[in-house]
Amino acid sequence: MERAAVYDNELNLKATELRLGLPGADESEKQSSRNNKRSSAEMDDSRDKDEQESAPAPKAQVVGWPPVRSYRKNILHQKNESDLSGIFVKVSMDGAPYLRKIDLKVYINYQDLLKALENMFKCSIGVYSEREGYDGSEFAPTYEDKDGDWMLVGDVPWDMFITSCKRLRIMKGSEAKGLGCL
Amino acid sequence: MQTDPNPKKSKDSPSNSDSTESTQSASPFPDDVLGKVLSFLNSDKDRSSVSLVCKDWYNAERWTRTKLFIGNCYSVSPEIVATRFPKITSVTLKGKPRFSDFNLVPQNWGADVHYWLVMFAKVYPFLEELRLKRMTVSDESLEILATAFPGFRALSLMSCDGFSTDGLKSVATHCRNLTELDIQDTDIDDFNGGWLSCFPENFGSLEVLNFASLDSEVNFDALERLVSRCKSLRVLKVNKSITLDQLQRLLLRAPQLMELGTGSFQQELLPGQFGDLESAFSNCKNLRTLSGLWEVTSVYLPVLYAACTSLTFLNLSYAALRSVEFGNLIAYCPNLRRLWVLDTVEDKGLEAVGSSCPLLEELRVFPADPFDQQLHRGVTELGFVAVSRGCSKLHYVLYFCWQMTNAAVATIVQNCPNFTHFRLCIMNPGRPDYLTNEPMDEAFGAVVKTCTKLQRLSVSGLLTDLTFEYIGKHAKNLETLSVAFAGSSDLGMQCVLEGCPKLRKLEIRDCPFGNAALLSGLEKYEKMRSLWMSSCNVTITACQQLAREMPRLNVEVMKDKESDDSQADKVYVYRSVAGPRRDAPPFVLTL
Repeated sequence: MERAAVYDNELNLKATELRLGLPGADESEKQSSRNNKRSSAEMDDSRDKDEQESAPAPKAQVVGWPPVRSYRKNILHQKNESDLSGIFVKVSMDGAPYLRKIDLKVYINYQDLLKALENMFKCSIGVYSEREGYDGSEFAPTYEDKDGDWMLVGDVPWDMFITSCKRLRIMKGSEAKGLGCL
Repeated sequence: MQTDPNPKKSKDSPSNSDSTESTQSASPFPDDVLGKVLSFLNSDKDRSSVSLVCKDWYNAERWTRTKLFIGNCYSVSPEIVATRFPKITSVTLKGKPRFSDFNLVPQNWGADVHYWLVMFAKVYPFLEELRLKRMTVSDESLEILATAFPGFRALSLMSCDGFSTDGLKSVATHCRNLTELDIQDTDIDDFNGGWLSCFPENFGSLEVLNFASLDSEVNFDALERLVSRCKSLRVLKVNKSITLDQLQRLLLRAPQLMELGTGSFQQELLPGQFGDLESAFSNCKNLRTLSGLWEVTSVYLPVLYAACTSLTFLNLSYAALRSVEFGNLIAYCPNLRRLWVLDTVEDKGLEAVGSSCPLLEELRVFPADPFDQQLHRGVTELGFVAVSRGCSKLHYVLYFCWQMTNAAVATIVQNCPNFTHFRLCIMNPGRPDYLTNEPMDEAFGAVVKTCTKLQRLSVSGLLTDLTFEYIGKHAKNLETLSVAFAGSSDLGMQCVLEGCPKLRKLEIRDCPFGNAALLSGLEKYEKMRSLWMSSCNVTITACQQLAREMPRLNVEVMKDKESDDSQADKVYVYRSVAGPRRDAPPFVLTL
């Protein structure tokens, strides 16, 4: 049967094919909303999960593929960095001798960011709740937005937050109580 | 360029040839008449044919050729060229293999223009034009260029490297009659923009000025004065450092422009400035081409609307526009023939193209994020189909996407059967039809069966030998074929080599084609410009055999560091009348 023959060839192809990068990355990707059908996975699923869990995902690249000219790649690289990412903001913590700087684009959500801040400043920030803020925890993360106002981290959707955040300040829990109450 | 079929001593001038033996000459025309007639021939193909007719015609042709086109700088040597053609005023030279654009060719591979220029300085003092593509050009070479040719007028450097803005300083300073300075797609050492200020204050002959790919800031006052002085300026493409209000001032000086490349399209404009910019654009009645638009903020796009009606080429490939703002813009461009966009416009944007641009002939959709393995945003097969429905004149496409189906491609070529250039890049290597899971063989089968005028094809996706059987059987006008991560066996490549009579350039990477495939094209390669094969299954032994049996081919091999001794990791084969090149770096093995 022709179809079977095609798949036979396919298997041989995979076995003998020379690749310079991680193979089979095509079959494992998360499908975007417009295309929900998963293609048959040639790769074992365990590798899928590993790739998806590590964040940010390593961009496995084959040399010279896709065939985009170096000049264009460099321009787009600069573009991506300035348009969508490289959002570096200063982070201060009350009582700390110096400030730090982080790239908000590196984090995928609030949980990710807060965990990183906790590690960076060796503090405990606690869990966000809409009603109580970070009540009960030692520290509360706040940020200065585009309008110059000091806001509690976590109120707005993540995407909105990273584009409006100008700098971060980790306040002592006692001071932050004032913010949470409003 | 054809080799002379009857090698002979070259004669000094047409009037000497056979003048005392005119009764024995086969040609019924006196030499000067023949020369006059041939001087009207412009096409290289015609001239090659003419030169093969007989000795007299060969001679007359070589004396009347003024434009030299060399598609592979190593296919011939400066000495051979200088001996054969005494009257050259315009030279086009192409160097590195195309895959060097994608980092597959190491630095210092070659294609240095230096020795060509040294020869030209000796033999062609009246040289006027030099157009280089993928060549290495040093500042020293630019210095020679600037000083050795008093009548020099046009310099075009596309995808070249090796020079810096210092070299451009020489050109600006010394070339009194320069009409064209066109620098494209170049990553060079951009020390500073001072080169532009080197054009003398009384210099005003520029017609084409393109410095869009140079990063550093130029002296705006000097640029404004230059633009004012150059009354014949028709092409101006500035770089990112030029702001919107500066652009407006330039447009006031040069409303006659036909091609404009803007600078950065993002700036906090005062309300008055917005209106000024708008009227500056609407004053440019001759604008046919628009490009640039870096960092574009959509709120300023409306200033372009008035100028869009006459546009035939719109290059938005550096402007990350979304579908809505792009749709609004494209609605003003009914006369567009060529469109380059980023895939940020998505399928919806392409639907707008289909409904707004019925005259469209060429579409290129570039990926904004080609290495995004997870989100796969951009365009899909639906966008391509939408364009094909609305634009029946479409014949050139370059399309980057993450998914495609056989059915979609079949529909596309049914809507647009006149494709001459079909370059489809499904960005995950070896991806099948995402709906049926079958290989994409039938898609490309449909392309070659339906599009009989097809000259250039780039294939992608999961492909078996069947694709190449189709190509060999149907693509009778195919000249350039690019293949990556495709095929099942040697048979695939063999089908192409046996079946495509007009094939000139074949570039292959990461395919399971081996020695049998390579050697099946023994006699074909002399009729082609070049063959590139990398990361395939070819051994050095087979390459040596090829080199032995075909002495007029140069067979060059580059090895990857970690590979097996017998593997020929990168093979570049090309015909040459100049023999093996003498400037090959140590990592290039010439067999």
